[in-house]
Amino acid sequence: MNHEHHTTLRPAGAPNDTAPQPYDIEFRAVSVRYDRLPALENVTFGIPRGSFWGIIGPNGSGKSTLVKTALGLLKPYEGTVLTLGHQPADLGPLRARIGYVPQYAELDFSFPLQVLDVVAMGMYGEIGLFGRVRKQHRARALEALERVQMQDFAYRQISALSGGQRQRVLIARALVVNPTLLILDEPTAALDHSSSEGLYEWINSLHGDSGMTIILVTHDIGVVSEYVDSIACLNRTLVAHGRPEDVLTTPTLENMYGCGAVLFGHGEVPHMVVHHEK
Amino acid sequence: MLELLSHTFMQRALIEAVLIGAVCAVVGVYVVLNGLSFIGAGISHSTFAGVAIGLLLGIDPLLTALLFSTGVALSIGWVSEKTDLKHDTSVGIFFAATMALGVLLIGFLKDFYVDVFSYLFGNILALTAADLWISLAMTVLITATILLLFKEFLALSFDAEVASVMGLPVRFLHYLLLVLMALTVVLSVKSVGVVLVSALIVTPAAAAYQLTVNFRRMMVLSVLIGVGSTVSGLLLSYWIDFPSGAGIVLIATCLFFLSWLVSPRRRHARMHATDF
Ligand SMILES: Nc1ncnc2c1ncn2[C@@H]1O[C@H](COP(=O)(O)OP(=O)(O)OP(=O)(O)O)[C@@H](O)[C@H]1O
Ligand SMILES: [Mg+2]
Repeated sequence: MNHEHHTTLRPAGAPNDTAPQPYDIEFRAVSVRYDRLPALENVTFGIPRGSFWGIIGPNGSGKSTLVKTALGLLKPYEGTVLTLGHQPADLGPLRARIGYVPQYAELDFSFPLQVLDVVAMGMYGEIGLFGRVRKQHRARALEALERVQMQDFAYRQISALSGGQRQRVLIARALVVNPTLLILDEPTAALDHSSSEGLYEWINSLHGDSGMTIILVTHDIGVVSEYVDSIACLNRTLVAHGRPEDVLTTPTLENMYGCGAVLFGHGEVPHMVVHHEK
Repeated sequence: MLELLSHTFMQRALIEAVLIGAVCAVVGVYVVLNGLSFIGAGISHSTFAGVAIGLLLGIDPLLTALLFSTGVALSIGWVSEKTDLKHDTSVGIFFAATMALGVLLIGFLKDFYVDVFSYLFGNILALTAADLWISLAMTVLITATILLLFKEFLALSFDAEVASVMGLPVRFLHYLLLVLMALTVVLSVKSVGVVLVSALIVTPAAAAYQLTVNFRRMMVLSVLIGVGSTVSGLLLSYWIDFPSGAGIVLIATCLFFLSWLVSPRRRHARMHATDF
């Protein structure tokens, strides 16, 4: 019942008594540094195919770093990263099976593009160098927009969308290739409370319908624990991971946030209050 | 008007005006959307040292400028990639260093004063047939590269990170864009000069950006504004004996302010300012 300690080399999530399950993402003793500054240290875990993982942790705890390392945007300083069974640099055409929704704030939405153009960008890798966006690609982009209920906005300028609508467009861009692995880095950062819940529910139904592996980075600990199979708690290193009800304990959260934290029950969902000392 | 076309130098100047107006505008769209305007200024000023090297060695100054500016463009990209410095800081360093180098080299060359002046401010009325062929070849090369990699450059500009996840060669594309900027700058230096060429790249694209929220339309408008500026600047300099480079840049700037005044984008932003 106890979750494995993060220093063990065997990835978490592996059932003890059955044949090893394929992992969509596997970290073995991975450390990542920016120049000399460590952002992740000795992180080991495995995300089984078809599961729904939540990644939580305070600001600067290395959540985005972890995701970017899995995607090959950052190289590990030590350790091995396997994404869809390959080192991220050697993914080749498997890249088309990955959907990535980056942390929101960094994109320029005054860019002169229409919603459909942005969604079609998700297929650029698949279309290949020098290739053109054709009618069939536009049709698929429209389908992806339907999946996020944004088809009516296909010919709108991205500058004329609300934060939540922009977020849906970025999700459609990730979905347009029908990924088997979907990685979302704080997709609700720009959304109000009820839109966030709506989005989480929708992501959950996506997981249920398609069986795709979903990795969700978030700060909404309480809400997310309703949906995810597993939670990984980061604070430069993996503080804990496992089923939400096992992981979301007071000692773990204290470790992670470095301050007093208590959970209180609310139905089955644990809610958390962080006490800032002083 | 027809009488004007009977001069060979004027025919050449008009063709050149159309070529550089178009190529600067096309490259300029990506420069503006990637926030590389200051790099454009850095590269164009480095051309001065490249020209000086050529004059000093007795080689075609445009050839040395081409090699030197391409090197500087790549170095700016490399320094910003390998250090924590932002682009504008590494440009600031190269900008001053290459200007200093240029001035130093020109110091050995006092008798070439007039030549130097024409490279600083350009003279579109003094082109040879060979100049024109080189311009044509480079325009075709640069435009073809941009059109072939249209969507790749677009993805790079909008979201380099996701482009990289999809497997697009983001790093290569970024350096390629810097090299294309250097080629464009050197191509235009003879006509508008080291000091003004970066304006010819940035201003038409910035004007087009004010006028539309559609990427393809921005490309077309940028070319129209660019060619409009170069051709009318040239005619102005012919009729009222005005330095051509300055005329071209001032007309482009006027078009930019006009675009800004009528900009639907700006009005839209004002209309919605209270929403936030
Ligand atoms: N490009 C970078 N260069 C240097 N340091 C970085 C860079 N990006 C992140 N860091 C540092 O690495 C650490 C982890 O950052 P990361 O972005 O992974 O945090 P995060 O958990 O995603 O935070 P947030 O909740 O704010 O998104 C932080 O201390 C941050 O300052
Ligand atoms: Mg982050």
